[in-house]
Amino acid sequence: MIAATLPNNALVACYLVSTVCFIVALKALSSPRRARWGNLIGIGGMVVAVGITAVDSHAGPHGIIPIGMTVGLVIAVPTARLVRMTAMPQLVAVFNGVGGAAAALVSILTFLRVQLGHPSSLHLLEILLGLAIGATSFAGSMVAFAKLQEVMTGRPITYPCQHLVNAALGLGIIGVGVWVIADPHLAGMVIVAVLSLSLGAGICLPVGGADTPVLISLLNSLTGLAVAADGFALNNLVLVVAGTLVGTSGALLTKMMSDAMGRSLPNIILGGLPEAGSTKELSGGSRTVRSADAADIGTLLAYSRRVMIVPGYGLAVAQAQHTVVELAKLLEGRGVEVAYAIHPVAGRMPGHMNVLLAEADVPYEALDELDDANTKFPAADVSLVVGANDVVNPAARSDPASPLYGMPILDVDRSANVVFLKRSMRPGFSGVDNALLYDPKTVLLFGDAKDSLTKLVAAVRAA
Amino acid sequence: MVGRVHERRWQVITGDLSLLVIFVLAAFLGYEVISKVPSILHTPLMSGSNAIHGVILVGAMLIADEANGALQVGLALAAVILATLNIVGGVVVTDRMLEMFKGRDRTPASDGKKPADDDA
Repeated sequence: MIAATLPNNALVACYLVSTVCFIVALKALSSPRRARWGNLIGIGGMVVAVGITAVDSHAGPHGIIPIGMTVGLVIAVPTARLVRMTAMPQLVAVFNGVGGAAAALVSILTFLRVQLGHPSSLHLLEILLGLAIGATSFAGSMVAFAKLQEVMTGRPITYPCQHLVNAALGLGIIGVGVWVIADPHLAGMVIVAVLSLSLGAGICLPVGGADTPVLISLLNSLTGLAVAADGFALNNLVLVVAGTLVGTSGALLTKMMSDAMGRSLPNIILGGLPEAGSTKELSGGSRTVRSADAADIGTLLAYSRRVMIVPGYGLAVAQAQHTVVELAKLLEGRGVEVAYAIHPVAGRMPGHMNVLLAEADVPYEALDELDDANTKFPAADVSLVVGANDVVNPAARSDPASPLYGMPILDVDRSANVVFLKRSMRPGFSGVDNALLYDPKTVLLFGDAKDSLTKLVAAVRAA
Repeated sequence: MVGRVHERRWQVITGDLSLLVIFVLAAFLGYEVISKVPSILHTPLMSGSNAIHGVILVGAMLIADEANGALQVGLALAAVILATLNIVGGVVVTDRMLEMFKGRDRTPASDGKKPADDDA
């Protein structure tokens, strides 16, 4: 239909340009200064790779290639543009999942194309790897999406013999895969797909909601490997390089993320957090919390010298970032020193809170990262914790029996007073109770973060 | 079954062995290219690399071009749509996250001290 096929060298040259763009993009995305530029270079690489492929191929039967690309574009742009910043993590999960599904479909189509031509065992192995890894990543991403979107519970879902079931699924995939290699038939491919989908879901169900971001990173890395496997199956340079780059850089990123949360990867994947019931003295019946009204807390804040604000996911869901900034400005107007302490995983993903606060025009300089913040807490009169819980739980420092033990936390318990704005006494995302809530120097103000903050603004004005 | 013209396009770099060499090198490169990522960039980096594996669209296009019969055409159309979603969604989400950094030329990690004095 369109242009004649290009000389091979031109194609290789373009693929080379595009792979270099991807490498530069990854490099730039790891530095705050160049990150945005890096994303643009990545787009450039994509345009070159897709463009040259489009020039070199036809529109496909019934024009499915331009039609499919148009449909994808029309769905993706508004979705990605309009979804609220708080829902970003699950959106990343979805877009990763569809990539895995595409890789699995490409494997099946490659199989259908070569099935009758006596494909080599190696070729079939490549196809099967693309299918199995792609389908696993797709199902896993959908489970991660459901957990973050709270379509299903964020708590680890466990059932008897969980690991045995997963191991059996894994062995089943290998067994059927060998069968397909010995005797290429579509039914075997479909069984591999179904088993892989089950395995993907099976691996992700026991992962706790708080660990889901690490899980998404791992699945991202897996999708990269699925793409690389398809690259081998299609003998295509750019798929192999780009897929492998994402596969290994994603694996490293997964490790960095789990380190930032003080969790080990095997622990996340195999264990899930232990049931909350196993932390003794969780419901130490007689312990009481002190709750106060907004006027009291407003006065406390207004007459403090140093206030540390610790924003968490509760602030994000209540869309209260603008109100918290209003409160901070008001306090600063009264001569109170205000700083924001940002835990690396505040919100639900690393960097999530920085993005939300930047959206509310909080200057970058006012955001203190973990280490800086922790040097300031002992001098702070009040720590105002807005919708955060696990990231300030002192058990992570002191109680080796706690599932959170070892996670770096913000030491709000070292400031003179602690104010929690909470919706309820429900424990944090990890399901672990927080002893700081019962501490005598802690006061609680119950309610939606935005309502509470609005009340505090009024109270500080009146004070 | 498959025409020679089409076969040629698939053999951009011939032989699984040279692809294997490239795979191994790319694996090391992927590990080396990101290092010491500040935690605020973990999510954008994940999202950015998520967009990059959307390059599976190239594979979907190559295979869609040769689809025949309703089953293959349907699957190929789905593959092209999903791969496009991956690329476009990944890129736009990443850009939205990174939009927040624009106009801020300070590197976040290094100057935690200075702004603290500004407040005083």
